[in-house]
Amino acid sequence: MEQKEINHTSEEKKDVTDMEQGNPTRREFLVQGTRTVAGAGVAALLGNLGGWALSYAADKEPIKIGILHSLSGTMAISEVSLRDVVLMAVEEINSKGGVMGRKIQPVVVDPASNWDLFAEKAKQLLLVDKVAVVFGCWTSVSRKSVLPVFEKNNGLLFYPVQYEGEECSRNVFYTGAAVNQQAVPAVEYLMSKEGGGHKKFYLLGTDYVYPRTTNKILRAMLLAKKVPPANIMEEYTPFHHQDYQTIVGKIKKFAAGGGACVISTINGDSNVPFYKEFANQGLRAEDAPIMAFSVAEDELRGMDTSALVGHLAAWNYYQSVDTPQNKQFVANFKAYCKKNNLPDGEKRVTDDPMEAAYFGVYIWKQAVEKAGSTEVNKVRKAVYGSEFLAPGGKIKMDEANHHTNKPVLIGEILKDGQFKIVSRSKGLVKPEPWSEYTNPDKGCDWVKHQGTYQKK
Amino acid sequence: MLCGTEQAIGAEGPRGTAAAPPLSLIEKALADLAAGDPAKQDAAVQTLIEQGDPSLLPKLEEIRGNSDRAVRLAIKPAIDLLRNRANLASAESDRRRSAATDLGSLGRPAAIPWLEDALTRESNRWVRHTIEESIALIKLASDDPTTKISAVAKLGELRSQNAVPALKDLIQQAAPEAQPTDQQKAMAQAARSAVERIEVWASWANAFETIFRGISLSSILLIMSLGLAIVFGLMGVINMAHGELMMIGAYATFVTQECFKAYLPAGAFDYYFLAAMPVSFLVVALCGLILEATVIRFLYGRPLETMLATWGVSLVLIQAARVYFGDLTSVVAPSWLSGGAQVMVGVYLPYNRLFIITLSILCVAGIYFLLFRTGVGLRVRAVMQNRDMSSCLGIPTRTVDAYTFAFGSGLAGLAGCALTLIGNVEPGLGQNYIVDSFMVVVTGGVGKLTGTIVASLGIGGLNKLLEPSFGAVYGKVLILVLVILFLQRRPSGLFTIKGRHAES
Repeated sequence: MEQKEINHTSEEKKDVTDMEQGNPTRREFLVQGTRTVAGAGVAALLGNLGGWALSYAADKEPIKIGILHSLSGTMAISEVSLRDVVLMAVEEINSKGGVMGRKIQPVVVDPASNWDLFAEKAKQLLLVDKVAVVFGCWTSVSRKSVLPVFEKNNGLLFYPVQYEGEECSRNVFYTGAAVNQQAVPAVEYLMSKEGGGHKKFYLLGTDYVYPRTTNKILRAMLLAKKVPPANIMEEYTPFHHQDYQTIVGKIKKFAAGGGACVISTINGDSNVPFYKEFANQGLRAEDAPIMAFSVAEDELRGMDTSALVGHLAAWNYYQSVDTPQNKQFVANFKAYCKKNNLPDGEKRVTDDPMEAAYFGVYIWKQAVEKAGSTEVNKVRKAVYGSEFLAPGGKIKMDEANHHTNKPVLIGEILKDGQFKIVSRSKGLVKPEPWSEYTNPDKGCDWVKHQGTYQKK
Repeated sequence: MLCGTEQAIGAEGPRGTAAAPPLSLIEKALADLAAGDPAKQDAAVQTLIEQGDPSLLPKLEEIRGNSDRAVRLAIKPAIDLLRNRANLASAESDRRRSAATDLGSLGRPAAIPWLEDALTRESNRWVRHTIEESIALIKLASDDPTTKISAVAKLGELRSQNAVPALKDLIQQAAPEAQPTDQQKAMAQAARSAVERIEVWASWANAFETIFRGISLSSILLIMSLGLAIVFGLMGVINMAHGELMMIGAYATFVTQECFKAYLPAGAFDYYFLAAMPVSFLVVALCGLILEATVIRFLYGRPLETMLATWGVSLVLIQAARVYFGDLTSVVAPSWLSGGAQVMVGVYLPYNRLFIITLSILCVAGIYFLLFRTGVGLRVRAVMQNRDMSSCLGIPTRTVDAYTFAFGSGLAGLAGCALTLIGNVEPGLGQNYIVDSFMVVVTGGVGKLTGTIVASLGIGGLNKLLEPSFGAVYGKVLILVLVILFLQRRPSGLFTIKGRHAES
């Protein structure tokens, strides 16, 4: 009840700010004093027109799904590609007859990189548009802000980005990597003989929840592996930090004598200034390789990569993965962008979160067909343990913890903004929402337990 | 020692000729490797390193490509060493230097003769330094006490930061509880003095670097704020779209670069930046002129409305850039602006930062010349000080306003162009800098260029002084707190305009 009231007031506040900002759609709603017509207009404008044309299933009502990615503001840089790839998956499915003979009708909304707006748009999708499932979010803070909405209304969210873990929601399927599927294996690789046997670790990140939690886990792991505390440095910068002179100077000192590496969770537009300064101060990838968790092909697309060549990244998928279905996926995506006149057209690339967003749609489709219904509770059960031949190889949804079993790949950045895969895990890595290093006593299970539970 | 080296070289024969080692041995080693027998691998790699030369590289790569992980791991040192040996003879000094560093950190004694050979031919001061350092680092790991102690002394002399961990180990070995031998004690003594020497040097280098970083950050703040100092400081227009004018400057640079790529021969590409500076200045000045004529001139003397209107303009410009250019565009720094100049051991001054420092000094000089040494400047100052009186005296105040605003905008464009050397080009670029720019201008005192210069030096320098001890996040917070406290005590900033104008 208390929860409800709080939600209510914050909701009202949102409305006021929206009005001040002059968001036309929103204001219209207020004037009309109702939200009933919210979806139809948006859907008709942005919906998948291709799907409409083929209308042999027109007699059956289409299934509505929501797409909740920022199309403007600071996060648009990353999230627009996710919208594109989800729409492509929808088009593919619709052209093959849809789900259970019904077309999918996407409802695209723009939360504009505004965390509060995420919750509001999620509410709109669930209550007004009554979508069966939502694909969306990128940043952890946006996910945290929509979480109560999904849990309260028993919605279903597919979240496609690698994240810091420590979460186990019944209403979210995490198709990106948990920390033990990206950061932990990356550091293990750096410590291995093959990865250079590094002994000193400089943990550098942007100051928010993902880097902080990831580095907390990594520090615990390094200490558990008997790395002396003096060989671990941790440092954070504000968002949009541009001046990396001092930090690179510190890294240079730290790296003297060899055996050092940098673990970077630097986000967004701070990456270019960092790598540039790193190269300009005479440091090379051989002196201290930078292992990044937030730099993928899509971010490298427009960057001047000369300063990044030879540095590393850890993901579960790269565009360069050599499988037939990936070649098809990449070609399809380029063709899709060209056909729909999206910016950069054929020059677009695919990357890890895009792959995760893409196969998320198919996992949901499979589950709906298995359950014979779009009802959230039935679909959820059908997702457990389901498998799919994703572009990067076969993946498997976990039997109980709502995360995804995926392979882990370490890649080296090449001049053309692609990655050369230098190491890959044996088989799929089982996801651990609660890290064994920081929360050894906690587990996540929605089959035998109610979500997060205490291990005995 | 020298004698031994000569022998080694002699035995090997001149580089690249096949006259040297018995072929059969190498062939046997290669066969052993390819067979993948773990027992023979190490010996085979050892033979390859000692007897082989870079001409073997293609064969080794072939074996590496065809074999499993264990063989790849075993063969890696041989490949690394031989490749670096080949690179020691490279024509580029960066390559040679990088090879020397790698040989030093690989720590194989077999590399010593190669390095010594390279040293005799090397003319570049810093490559020589690196080669000497690498030789000494490898020798430091030897078992022979005399070699070792001379290496310790040499490393101290070279001020080698890279040697500090190894030297500290030596000191540790001689700790009283380990019951060291006399030899170890002597070694520790030598190591201690070497470490001391290195660290004294490092603290000087650090002080020098901090000063440079402060100046560099100040120059960036200054070049960002100059345009604002004129538009806001002199004209009193609060232009919220100033950051977006910088962004337009950055995109103008990008477009110039793309044009050079598309229409001019590849050799000309390195000079695109010289063309981009006037282009971005003029393009943005033109934008400023349009902005002034269509929005701002109707709002002179109404700061709140100006603020809202220009903020709207800034949103439009951001979204327009996003729609037209997409989110990601990059400017590739020309080769003469990437990398850095090494001025002392361990201290690099990046060329892009040196360039921005020079550019901001030139801009300041240019502005002073224009405002205080030309007739146009005289009129500008007259209008800014007393508009009505100037008007009475026949100065066309409208025109003066327009081109003052255009000039201030052009400076923002130039700043945007310079900023492409540091960061990336994206629609939100201006938003990152606008707050800092206003902070500098307000702290310096509105209406005084000297204030802007002093404030950017102060804020930049202070930031770099605070950052090492407080970290980037708290450094920034502290700067803001200090600025707020300062403005509490002196609301009109560092330098104030005295006289009647101040009250108006």
